[in-house]
Amino acid sequence: MKVAHNPKRTQLMAVIWEIQRKKRFVSHDDITKIAKLFNLSRMEVEGVVTFYHFFHRQHAGNFTIYLNDSIVGQHAGMKDITTVFEKELGIKTGQVTDDKMFGLFETSCIGLSDMEPACLINFKPFVNLTPEKVRYIIRALKDGAKVSEICDDPKSKIRYTPGDRAVFFGAYQSFSALKNLEKKPEDIVDLIKQSKLAGRGGAFFPTGLKWQFARQHKADKKYLICNADEGEPGTFKDRVLMQEKPELLIEGMILSAYAIGASEGFIYLRGEYMYLKEDLEKVIQNYRDKGYLGKKIVGKDFDFDIHIHMGAGAYVCGEETALIHSMEGKRGEPGTKEYFPVEKGYLEKPTLVNNVETLCSVTKILDMGVENWLKLGTDKTPGTKIFSVSGDCKYPGIYEIEWGMKVKDLLELTKAENPHYILQNGYSGKCLHPLDFERPISGESVLPDGVEVSVNNPDEYKQKMSNVGIKSGGAFMIFNSDRNILEIIKNVQQFFVNESCGVCVPCRVGNFLLNIKLNKILNEKVTEKDLNELVHWSKIIRTNSRCGLGMSSSNALMDTYEKFPQIFEKLTADNKNQNEKFDLEKATGEYEKIITEIYTDYE
Amino acid sequence: MNNIVNINIDGKKIKAIKGENLVDVARDNGFHIPTLCYYKKLFPLATCRICTVNINGRNTTACTTKVDEGMLIKTNTNELLENRKAIIEMLFAEGNHFCPSCEKSGNCEMQNLGYLMGITHTRYPHLYREKPVDFTPHRMLMNANRCILCKRCVEEIKTKEGKRVFSFVKRGNRTTVQIDYKQERKLTDNEAIQAMHICPVGAILVKGESSGKPFGERKYDFLNQAIQPKLKNKKFELKEGEKFVVGTTSLAGCFGCHMSLLDIDEELLDIIEIVEFNKSPLTDIKGFNKHCHVGLIEGGCANSENVHVLQDFRDNCDVLIAFGECAIMGGIPAMRNFVPLKETLEEAYLNGITTVLGADVVPAHEDIPKLLDKVYPINEVVDVDYYIPGCPPNAQHIWKVVKSILLNEEIPISHEEFKYD
Repeated sequence: MKVAHNPKRTQLMAVIWEIQRKKRFVSHDDITKIAKLFNLSRMEVEGVVTFYHFFHRQHAGNFTIYLNDSIVGQHAGMKDITTVFEKELGIKTGQVTDDKMFGLFETSCIGLSDMEPACLINFKPFVNLTPEKVRYIIRALKDGAKVSEICDDPKSKIRYTPGDRAVFFGAYQSFSALKNLEKKPEDIVDLIKQSKLAGRGGAFFPTGLKWQFARQHKADKKYLICNADEGEPGTFKDRVLMQEKPELLIEGMILSAYAIGASEGFIYLRGEYMYLKEDLEKVIQNYRDKGYLGKKIVGKDFDFDIHIHMGAGAYVCGEETALIHSMEGKRGEPGTKEYFPVEKGYLEKPTLVNNVETLCSVTKILDMGVENWLKLGTDKTPGTKIFSVSGDCKYPGIYEIEWGMKVKDLLELTKAENPHYILQNGYSGKCLHPLDFERPISGESVLPDGVEVSVNNPDEYKQKMSNVGIKSGGAFMIFNSDRNILEIIKNVQQFFVNESCGVCVPCRVGNFLLNIKLNKILNEKVTEKDLNELVHWSKIIRTNSRCGLGMSSSNALMDTYEKFPQIFEKLTADNKNQNEKFDLEKATGEYEKIITEIYTDYE
Repeated sequence: MNNIVNINIDGKKIKAIKGENLVDVARDNGFHIPTLCYYKKLFPLATCRICTVNINGRNTTACTTKVDEGMLIKTNTNELLENRKAIIEMLFAEGNHFCPSCEKSGNCEMQNLGYLMGITHTRYPHLYREKPVDFTPHRMLMNANRCILCKRCVEEIKTKEGKRVFSFVKRGNRTTVQIDYKQERKLTDNEAIQAMHICPVGAILVKGESSGKPFGERKYDFLNQAIQPKLKNKKFELKEGEKFVVGTTSLAGCFGCHMSLLDIDEELLDIIEIVEFNKSPLTDIKGFNKHCHVGLIEGGCANSENVHVLQDFRDNCDVLIAFGECAIMGGIPAMRNFVPLKETLEEAYLNGITTVLGADVVPAHEDIPKLLDKVYPINEVVDVDYYIPGCPPNAQHIWKVVKSILLNEEIPISHEEFKYD
């Protein structure tokens, strides 16, 4: 990569990536040089480098290995795989071999939940790992094989589509939706509003409304960003869309840019998906060659082009203001919410941020016509939804379902045995109890905020909830009745401790303290007071945090507490006779060990 | 004028200029929304979340809110007050805030918020994580133990060329503020002092400039806001001729709190009319021979004996009070919590400059209490009913709390009696 003499700050991450890829770490001198190049203080660059998980200040190994530590991976046997890696390489996780050949690290979900255990080596995917396969990989790499030669080509199985009612994975003739460029931009915004499309990243903000705001704000330049930072553990639908249907995405971007008046577009691609970059760029080039990207598109006064911006390992960058900061070459901290990005976003200009699935929907809605789209799904949530299904089922993979399908029918399709506990929206979403399996997956009859029905009375719950839709972002992690739910929750909470950006107090400190409390509850003596504190602390974090990360970090924990109270009650019941709170033996253990050591040495 | 909007704060109808900052509008109309990171010259940082209020049913920070027509704002519901308290407690638990040994004590904005909210202790366990003190910069030093990551210095202090002097480094709970040494040298003396002043706590200090004012003359020493203690125990019933029984002890403390206990001077004579002391250094009674109404504990738990004594007090006292910073958060003895136990012992007995040649042995005997892995605040060992902060706590504060409990009446504590240092 050539860097101009006076580069823009927006190039900062790309420059750091370049160094990281070439040298496997960013040295002190590199940071000094970058600071000089970008006319920044050294420490500010240090702040950016150290924010991202995939940028290393120490050598990360010529072969940098990232093992996925999400719960689905663990259930699939990641612990054994880790042991094999550690044994074969002679290092522990988090270390690099003496010859700097291999570095072994853990990372949050890498978007391959249906092919676990999985890892990335130099950002190339390796899936369905077995001890033999790991030994083979290491041997091959030691013998000089190239990573790109031995890595897998992870194609998710598309397990189900609703036949001729399929939207995303139905037939599509490339470029066909682009005939809509003949329409007026404001008419396209209206069509999207009529379609009732809502943000498919999981927040379900009405897309048309967002477009209208973005269109309304006048500026000399506007931006469109595709959020492909698919960081929610358990979701991989955006990866599959980019692999299987990139044309839907690119055309969706062209159409939305046209609708809101954006002249530059970006795909913020998560670092974990670096192996998709090359193919995506080819597709983009194809559209450029055909005249659908560039200047004066289809002869209109419409200039638009798309570039890919690589993320570098930060879940919080899925939050749109954090994502924008990251693109600006800053730490990926969420903004203060004084302005919406559609008013003041990337480089202070109106910016529309939409998820991959949302943009793909746009292409299909405009192509099939809004009236046909509205015939699919339910009234409030028309169309179809893509589910990333993983965990304890026979057929993990991608399911395109019409909104309105019942949970039990989806479970039936996946051939899940004894499903008992489901995280229906990744780690930040709520959980499903077997009593919820009759409920439809849709946005219909959703309960207002704060209204909760207790599962303590199963008949009442079933009766009151049977029609209440589950608005799911699509990360559907199934766990059977043999799984330890507390272990799952522990993994979830640890994830949020690792991924909190640290900028606001309730999320940074609250999640850390909540995790300590949870570990105490799991490992030590538990009192009722501990459980009450768990609930209370969760609420404080949820109601005071700056962004969605803190607001949703305790969703799974709290919903589990509501729906599976017996798990927590059992913990206190087990400890009824142990009122003594302080473990003196444990507290003096270290001292005794030291004294024994000292006096043994003297003899 | 159409840029005037009508808002409602805590039931009061207010006219304000559209787009004004809510914190300022509220203050101008006599409503105090507590803030910590908010600094009027800056665009709002919204890092601390203390100023969270309820607007039209939703919680959001006041510092990022521009007033608009029809806003219905609640600034002090019980939930909001509780949340604010919790956030300040989180900060005290996260950092290593030893008020008695901090240059900024008395001028510290976070400490003052603690006073105003009547915070006596944190509900969260103290983390005692080792954090660096960076003396390297030319004129400043950065004490990460005290930093609350408010981001004021990061956004405000820049060189003439517009380069940042302070930056956030790392992520999540490992985030620290670090000084860029080269840029720091470019600041003028006044700019360096400005950096120290905008730090709401004692994290940024300028070498040679941090001499504090004496007690009583510091910024937050007198604010005339009394703290109302809340009683949670039942009333004690005494039989005719009986006195209240009180026990006291000092664990890992310096006995300073006990000294302060005696500082009410002639009022002691009144107290002795209604109180008798049982197990206490004041009476030299070694073991309980009566059940006590109230036990006062000074000092935290540093060794096994401290734990046994404390548990004995819990068993023999109806009400247990932690008095002094050491009992509440470990205090000065807890400064060893950042050092591995082995290193602590080696420094004390083997490698220290005062060790005598040939006598360099770590003492160990079954009669010597065993050191704990760290110094524990007493509420991590037993349940504690009340807390009296201070180093030492003010004598009036101690007795007001004890009297409140014994006589079952809530006697307010004045601001000058309520201190963490």
